[in-house]
Amino acid sequence: MAKKNYAFYPGCSSQKGASGSNFATSIGVMCDKLEIQLNEIPDWNCCGASIGYGEGGELPRLALNARNLALSAQHLPGQDMVSGCPACWLATRETAERLNEHSDLMAETNVALKEAGLTFKGGVKARHIVEVLIEDVGFAGMKAPVVKPLQGMKIAGYVGCQTNRPFGIAGESFENPLYLDKMIETVGAEAVSSFDQKVTCCGGALAFSEPEKSQKQIRDIVESAYDHGAEMIVTPCQLCQANVEIYQAEINKKHGTKLAMPVVYYSQLMSVAYGGTLKQAGLDGHLIQPNRLQEIAGK
Amino acid sequence: MSNQNQQAVARYQNNFLKEVEDRVEDGDWVKMCMQCGVCAGSCPLGDAWEHTPQKIFMMIRAGKREEVLKSDAMWMCTSCYNCIVRCPRKLPITHIMHGLANYAHRMNLAPQRQPTRVIAKIFWDNLVKTGRVNELKFSLAMYFKDGFSQGIKNAMAMQSAGLGLMKAKRLNPFEIFGGHKCKDSSGIKKMIAKAREIEDRKKGYTPL
Repeated sequence: MAKKNYAFYPGCSSQKGASGSNFATSIGVMCDKLEIQLNEIPDWNCCGASIGYGEGGELPRLALNARNLALSAQHLPGQDMVSGCPACWLATRETAERLNEHSDLMAETNVALKEAGLTFKGGVKARHIVEVLIEDVGFAGMKAPVVKPLQGMKIAGYVGCQTNRPFGIAGESFENPLYLDKMIETVGAEAVSSFDQKVTCCGGALAFSEPEKSQKQIRDIVESAYDHGAEMIVTPCQLCQANVEIYQAEINKKHGTKLAMPVVYYSQLMSVAYGGTLKQAGLDGHLIQPNRLQEIAGK
Repeated sequence: MSNQNQQAVARYQNNFLKEVEDRVEDGDWVKMCMQCGVCAGSCPLGDAWEHTPQKIFMMIRAGKREEVLKSDAMWMCTSCYNCIVRCPRKLPITHIMHGLANYAHRMNLAPQRQPTRVIAKIFWDNLVKTGRVNELKFSLAMYFKDGFSQGIKNAMAMQSAGLGLMKAKRLNPFEIFGGHKCKDSSGIKKMIAKAREIEDRKKGYTPL
């Protein structure tokens, strides 16, 4: 089978030594087994994330994302542009759609892009890796390489916000998307379907500016996972992963709770189930150790 | 408000709705709100909003310019997009809230020390420097946003998380010496400056 090629936009958090670097590591085995070839877009830049709007107006944000789209079109023509980070995907897709619909914004964006020696004419499709997995590989395709089914593990699928809204995965509902649960089951684990904080916001970037309010969100998410018998949370989002993992210790300090719920990426489950080592699955990159997954990876 | 900003909005006199429609990102949607309140009930930080989105839309129509733009309400948006997907009239509410926050910031009417306003600026300035976010410098700038002694306290409070992340190789202390950056960071700077210049000229903003 020929490899499927995609232009890849890793995003800032997936760089070496950054907060989502273990995600970036974990997709290696997954993509390899699923014949997915990710071709990194040369010299990509930050998308502005979900907090860039405060200082960056509409046009500066469009220009930032249009630069990545233009580089993708120039260096990797004909390939869909794929992000692993929901915020990158959202910003890129929104830019692609807005520029496509508004010729005045496209013209102004191109005036700005010219300063960086680029032009953008549209025609690049912005996608999330999860879309590639579901639409191009399919659940049967995801199941095929499983050599170590994660039998007996009970996992809460935490979809969060930006993988799910405003665009989401085609055919899924915003209130109760099922694809993450299906992915958990595809690798042989049990999805905790009664987990009721599946699409709750972790506070996003406001974890920094409004810590009390965000930590209340995070506590609800983690406690619901405990209440419904999960031993681990799995998410597709870098900011969800970081917020929900890192702030459990803070919540414990302030409220005397004993939260210690591991939070991993779907790609780490897949990597382990596909026979990847602990390191290949990025399981050496956690503050709260996902012990059982680490044990399975070590077997 | 500076003279230039005042001049730019003088023609709207008391028509704040028209000002929002013309000058705020996706502001032309505001009149479509039918006041059902689903947005207000869907917001994860709903209780923290001085005025909910539903109320803000009505306040805009009622011409309550200062009350809206000086409020810290819009800065409570976590960008969860719940309101967008639930709005029966399909208003891009999240975008409008971002647009209002940015507008209040650029007109210099937003609360000065509003924490999300402050970190949004730190984040943007951080990414513009090299084209990519430097997470270490961003974290440090955030800790120290309220002065040196508060910064030390904040850094101490998050010390174990910081060390944990370093051990997990998810925070690199050497980022302090530069770290990741785009090769064409100077082109990116020029590109953003040009985009800003076009936007400022269109809206008559006083450069901050």
